Amino acid sequence: MTDFLAQHADILITLVKIALLLFIVLTVNAYLTWFERKVVAHMQSRWGPHRVGPHGLLQPLADGAKFLLKEDPTPAGVDKFTYFLAPLMALALALTSIAIIPFGPDPIRVLGHDIYLGIVDLNIGILALFAITALSVYGVALAGWSSNSKYPLLGGLRSSAQMVSYELALTMSVVGVLLLAGSFSLRDIINAQAIHPERGIIGWNIFPQILGFLCFFIAAIAETNRVPFDLPEAESELVAGFHTEYASFKFAMFFIAEYTSMITVSCLCAILFFGGWLSPFPASWTFTHYLPSAILIPFGLWVVWDGIRYETIFGRIVLPGLGTIITVIGAVLIALPFINEFIQGPFWLLGKILFFLFVYVWMRGTLPRFRYDQLMSFGWKLLLPVSLANVVITASVILLRSR
Amino acid sequence: MNAPLIVFFVLAVVAILGAISLILQRHPIHSALSLIVVMVALAGLYLLMGAEFVAAVQIIVYGGAIMVLFVFVIMLLNAGSEERTNISKMAGWAGLPLAIALMGFLAAAVARSTDRVQAAAQTGAPAPTKALATLLFQDFVYPFELTSFLILVAILGAIVLAQRDQKESHL
Repeated sequence: MTDFLAQHADILITLVKIALLLFIVLTVNAYLTWFERKVVAHMQSRWGPHRVGPHGLLQPLADGAKFLLKEDPTPAGVDKFTYFLAPLMALALALTSIAIIPFGPDPIRVLGHDIYLGIVDLNIGILALFAITALSVYGVALAGWSSNSKYPLLGGLRSSAQMVSYELALTMSVVGVLLLAGSFSLRDIINAQAIHPERGIIGWNIFPQILGFLCFFIAAIAETNRVPFDLPEAESELVAGFHTEYASFKFAMFFIAEYTSMITVSCLCAILFFGGWLSPFPASWTFTHYLPSAILIPFGLWVVWDGIRYETIFGRIVLPGLGTIITVIGAVLIALPFINEFIQGPFWLLGKILFFLFVYVWMRGTLPRFRYDQLMSFGWKLLLPVSLANVVITASVILLRSR
Repeated sequence: MNAPLIVFFVLAVVAILGAISLILQRHPIHSALSLIVVMVALAGLYLLMGAEFVAAVQIIVYGGAIMVLFVFVIMLLNAGSEERTNISKMAGWAGLPLAIALMGFLAAAVARSTDRVQAAAQTGAPAPTKALATLLFQDFVYPFELTSFLILVAILGAIVLAQRDQKESHL
């Protein structure tokens, strides 16, 4: 038995990592819906979810239970095979793309095995991600077609046209970063931004590649079908677009796929343009390593203070408990420097991911939807030429510098 | 049986099944889906040979862009199921023997070059993308640019055809 474990340690470690990552991503997905509803609500002077659990924190669980328990009718006249395949494809592809993201620089050493954060480190990392993105359009297009209904069909057609158009700009906008890094591997791209550790934030790709970043972020929002590019599911025109005829957990699968691709795009923005797990401060400023604790401890204390005054008894028990846990984690980080050092990379990466997720929600609360012809002319006439120009400029500068 | 050989046969079987299903499906969308399966299985085979870049490009270009356009056009035209007809006499007399002859020819060619088939089933070391780029943009730069030019002409042709239609409708 131990022989077997030793021989197949790599496979076992990968399986455990996949299970863990799936659990984390799905939980984050659930709480992302809570986060989105809360933020949009406060932008619109509402409270958002606040009935289920303290501050509505148990709302995602209630939603999940609802998705599982609802009736799941299959409309008449659907193309059965494709109808069931579409949500499966959307979800599977969205979850696969997370596997390529590296989450931290240093491996954890467990029983003599170096375990890196992140499932695989591909030589063609970014290309593999684009390959998965290229396939993910089928989930939406096939869902629209197989539903045997007008509105989903229109939504599916719109989404395939939109995703094909914006995929070009998406791919071209990254070429500048690839030229600077000289590699397709996400780990190499981050390391290329840390060549001068004393420069900190100045070394990130965002400064030479500001055009590339703007093109990438806009095209990525279009690829994930989010506001202001959510025409495939424009509720004022198409009921609910491609997922009109889906109910219960099949609808939830599309939902989870959309939020997972939001997370992937946020990861990519952070990694490609904002230095991934690199700290924005120069490497010699070691006192900034206490920043995680400096954020966690006050936040935990605030949650305790907020919790003891909460209306419900349940909240008065749960919230202070949660706050205490957060405070203790912050204190442990100060007490144990080796954990603190390890946590630096993931801390910055997660912070940046959270920021981009907030930007996503912020835009949803702010921007109106594009008209369809505006969307197409914006993609083809502005985004694509600008991203092409960015490639030419970046390549010329690199060529001039190398002389 | 080593693991790469098993993966090779699984991918090969998937590709062949996809190709057969492409022909036998009645609905164009199902045929297009089968073709996507073939493309992705081929990408898997490239990956097995260590050609990572080619595998990714295979999925991005063929599995993604081109097949999305196929599916898009089929959806746009709202093409229904095809009706099955009996095999035409022409196909019966000439097509079937020719198909069998071609299959025999290919089988003979494969059987003769067992070494190469063995080599194809071996996992190769990942071919660096840099080597591919050097080949494309230094050694074969003129054929490459000529091909790009050809594609450019085709794009321009499409635009000209679309524009002519628009002008006539305005008059």
